[in-house]
Amino acid sequence: MSSWETVIGLEIHAQLATKSKIFSASATAFGAPPNTQANLVDLAYPGVLPVLNAEAVRMAVKFGLAIGATVAHRSVFARKNYFYPDLPKGYQISQYELPVVARGSLTVMLDDGTVKNIGITRAHLEEDAGKSLHEGLANATGIDLNRAGTPLLEIVSEPDMRSAKEAVAYMKKIHTLVRYLEICDGNMQEGSFRCDANVSVRPKGREKFGTRAEIKNLNSFRFVEKAIQYEIARQIELIESGGTVVQETRLYDSDKDETRSMRSKEEANDYRYFPDPDLLPLEINSAFIEAVRATLPELPDEKAARFAKEFALSAYDAGVLCASRELAAYFESVVSGVGAGHAKLAANWVMGELSSALNRDNVDVGSSRVKSSQLTGLLLRIVDATISGKIAKEVFEAMWSEGKPADAIIEAKGLRQITDSGAIEAVIDAVIAANPKQLADYRAGKDKLFGFFVGQVMKATAGKANPAQLNELLKTKLDGVKHA
Amino acid sequence: MLHNLNIGELADRLAKRQISSVELTRHFLGRIERLNPALNAFITLTPERAMQDAESADRLLAGGERGPLLGIPLIHKDIFCTDGVRTSCGSRMLDNFVAPYDATVVARLKAAGTVMLGKSNMDEFAMGSSNETSYYGPVRNPWNTAKVPGGSSGGSAAATAARLTPFATGTDTGGSIRQPAALTGVTGLKPTYGRVSRYGLVAFASSLDQAGVFARSAADASAVLQVMAGFDPLDSTSVDAPVPDYSAALGAPLKGLKIGLLREFFEGLEARNAGLIQDALKIYRSLGAETLEVSLPHLPLSVPTYYVVAPAECSSNLSRFDGVRFGYRCSNPKDLADLYTRSRGEGFGAEVKRRIMTGTYVLSAGYFDAYYLKAQKVRRLITDDFRAAFAKVDLVISPTTPTPAFDIGAKMHDPVTMYLNDIYTIGANLAGLPGVSLPCGFVDELPMGLQLVGPHFAEAKLLNAAHQFQQATDWHRRAPRGYE
Amino acid sequence: MSLTRQDVEKIAHLARLSITEQEMPVYVTSLSSIVNFVDELSQADVGTVLPMAHPLDGQHQRLRADEVTERDHHEKFQLNAPAVAAGLYVVPRVID
Repeated sequence: MSSWETVIGLEIHAQLATKSKIFSASATAFGAPPNTQANLVDLAYPGVLPVLNAEAVRMAVKFGLAIGATVAHRSVFARKNYFYPDLPKGYQISQYELPVVARGSLTVMLDDGTVKNIGITRAHLEEDAGKSLHEGLANATGIDLNRAGTPLLEIVSEPDMRSAKEAVAYMKKIHTLVRYLEICDGNMQEGSFRCDANVSVRPKGREKFGTRAEIKNLNSFRFVEKAIQYEIARQIELIESGGTVVQETRLYDSDKDETRSMRSKEEANDYRYFPDPDLLPLEINSAFIEAVRATLPELPDEKAARFAKEFALSAYDAGVLCASRELAAYFESVVSGVGAGHAKLAANWVMGELSSALNRDNVDVGSSRVKSSQLTGLLLRIVDATISGKIAKEVFEAMWSEGKPADAIIEAKGLRQITDSGAIEAVIDAVIAANPKQLADYRAGKDKLFGFFVGQVMKATAGKANPAQLNELLKTKLDGVKHA
Repeated sequence: MLHNLNIGELADRLAKRQISSVELTRHFLGRIERLNPALNAFITLTPERAMQDAESADRLLAGGERGPLLGIPLIHKDIFCTDGVRTSCGSRMLDNFVAPYDATVVARLKAAGTVMLGKSNMDEFAMGSSNETSYYGPVRNPWNTAKVPGGSSGGSAAATAARLTPFATGTDTGGSIRQPAALTGVTGLKPTYGRVSRYGLVAFASSLDQAGVFARSAADASAVLQVMAGFDPLDSTSVDAPVPDYSAALGAPLKGLKIGLLREFFEGLEARNAGLIQDALKIYRSLGAETLEVSLPHLPLSVPTYYVVAPAECSSNLSRFDGVRFGYRCSNPKDLADLYTRSRGEGFGAEVKRRIMTGTYVLSAGYFDAYYLKAQKVRRLITDDFRAAFAKVDLVISPTTPTPAFDIGAKMHDPVTMYLNDIYTIGANLAGLPGVSLPCGFVDELPMGLQLVGPHFAEAKLLNAAHQFQQATDWHRRAPRGYE
Repeated sequence: MSLTRQDVEKIAHLARLSITEQEMPVYVTSLSSIVNFVDELSQADVGTVLPMAHPLDGQHQRLRADEVTERDHHEKFQLNAPAVAAGLYVVPRVID
């Protein structure tokens, strides 16, 4: 309904990639047998106390700097009190009134190329809870506390997004950023990057926000988009049929593609936040901040801007190439091999063939079966006209499946381009001779038949005729006039 | 008699091999067997472990090893986690809990070669001023077994007074070392907040709890504090400040020492109590000290302040007792809610539940500002009052308690009546200041104590002032009849 | 200020404490008495003073190096657990 406007805010929980937990010296590695990475502090034994991990603080500050936020010189840890079996202390150590990172922002590029600035209200440090497992336990739940105490950075956006697509673009940007900064591995399957979406609708033009519903624990870009779309439709339908939206927490069911109310969190929780007396105020001075600033890599936006300028790429293409640091590095490596003058060629191949192959085989750039040096080798053969672009695609597929370099495959399959004018002319002559009617039609004015002849020559040469030479020679032969 | 020797004398005889630690330990174990039943000062006795500790100490002594506490027996308040030994906190909730680790304080005293006789009885989770809330029954005052010994460290106090141990550890959150020390005629020291590690001390109120010691003299207390004090990386609130030589400071003359008499404490003070303090002041003046009056105008608000802050913190600290990972679990829980509410409802006693509920209330939405926030502001005013006083005087003096020991059962009808026992001691906890109670006379044949409070980290001066008083008087040498 | 039975029920629920029918009036009385007592604080004039969460001013949080120093002791720890299965702590079924 075009008379409705959607308002969306996202809360993203990024697990920080520290070796040990935020308040204890237990390991954070994923996948260990249950409760083998849960020490007395994680288990909330009587008498234990938390001690803060320096690296978690550095990572939070790094994030703050990357989004242009103010890093608080003084921030406070607070207890969020509630009972749940995966929360052993009966409270979560988090930050409430004074978070470590205050207001920042991020620019996001949508699919259509438009650019939007999304505000980030705050980011704060907190600890993750354990896991509840239901399989194999009759009428019971098993609690694994390995994850309890893993550091989280909770990133809260302003309610600046107006569509599911905007929300996904923002989420992807944050995902890219935390991986660039090497503060989070972004592995959504393993739960290192989770998203809650706050969704509300309001009549267009009205300033006041509508009541929002919170959709929890969305762990893929696709689910975020679908869940938000469903929720928007649900809320609009509800209001239009005379109902009111209830402020509540909902879960997304990906099988049924719907959101539903969470039973256990029906009642509003009174978290009784108060400053944690076991932890002193966190003080971060300028020296600390500058030391972290010195470790910032070239950020995605900076890199994309540089690519666009240095390599004359469109903003969109530059953005795609910079979606991951590894992909950008791969691209730059190829460009340095083929020369900046062929950057567009490199960009097309990295965004095209390479990315398709990576997606198809579900591997990341680091595990690519064609290394950047190898792709460079292939592109150089296009540049020096050993093979045409079309043939190169064939070669690439073979490189991917056989793991061999371009030259070896070109040789083995005899795919060298034919660049000998004489040889091409001979084939042209043969084709013309074999197709007198088309020749007559062409000379009578059917220019489109040029393509027919090109196709015939390519077929006869198994696609190896150099296209540029072919075009020139063919035109001369067909027109009977030599073109300069 | 061995049990009337002070720690220095015992260490001397052990060093000279005039007695062995095993003999000394047997002596105390024998007294405990005979005399403890009338007092109920213990929750867990560890005779086998004591003999092992004693044998190990004797081996070290035979090898030439020496140390001020080597081979000396002690008792730990049952709030300190002791590896492999039940740690109950005086509660049904932890009746079956065997701690899997040693508190830092326990580890340090163990490393100094002490011998653990057992774990002493206490008010449940340190909440009480009479040792009547223990799941294991009340402790009786050796001076009159119809009377309370004070609390929450009633067992440690009674056992020290009864000469069942040379010294005992305790904890003090609102007076739980100083008050029972006064009521049982022994010396009780609460160090500065952060001076002694809280790691392994089952938390009641995290910003108020401190571990300390009961002994029969300031000199003995110095020797113990020397081992207990010091920075602990496992406790974020532990202060990294050098530990002075407390014993060396004991002998300093008091000339020029300025002692402040707290005006607010003398208004309405019962005449005989006031008389004892005036007598004490005369002695201090004869030792060269100057006495002046100081006013801490906000001090009368210290009890209501404490009874907001301490319950607030404890309501959160005790949430971990939920029947899931350790401790009491109700039988046949029908669902998760039942597991929680009945394990906690049945596992905790009434006073603990009252304080948890008070704390939950003062932190809850709508009440937080009026109670918790307000109390923390008043806390600062009280702290500022002390700071202003210490600009004029070195120490402040007051009675430790308003009355001598009362009858068991006399004050259990109304919690607030019980709370007012802490009126003189609470201020030091709110401000994090060190305080010591030492015997200063008798009222109705029951011991009374005077309290000295100093600025942060002034333990040496406190102990010096206490020691000099004890050189000039012999109240601290009196033993209850039947326990000499 | 007196608390009502409803107040006490709400607090007991937040704190996950079961209170029997017999105990309830006793708790209502004693909690009301305590709240009445601490209400004295409402008369205090605190001006613009900041709340004090820690008794020692000017201290700040120490940072620990990011190192794993803990090993697996779950068997020892789980000796204390009321119910364990396949290394997991078992509770009645949690429904989301």
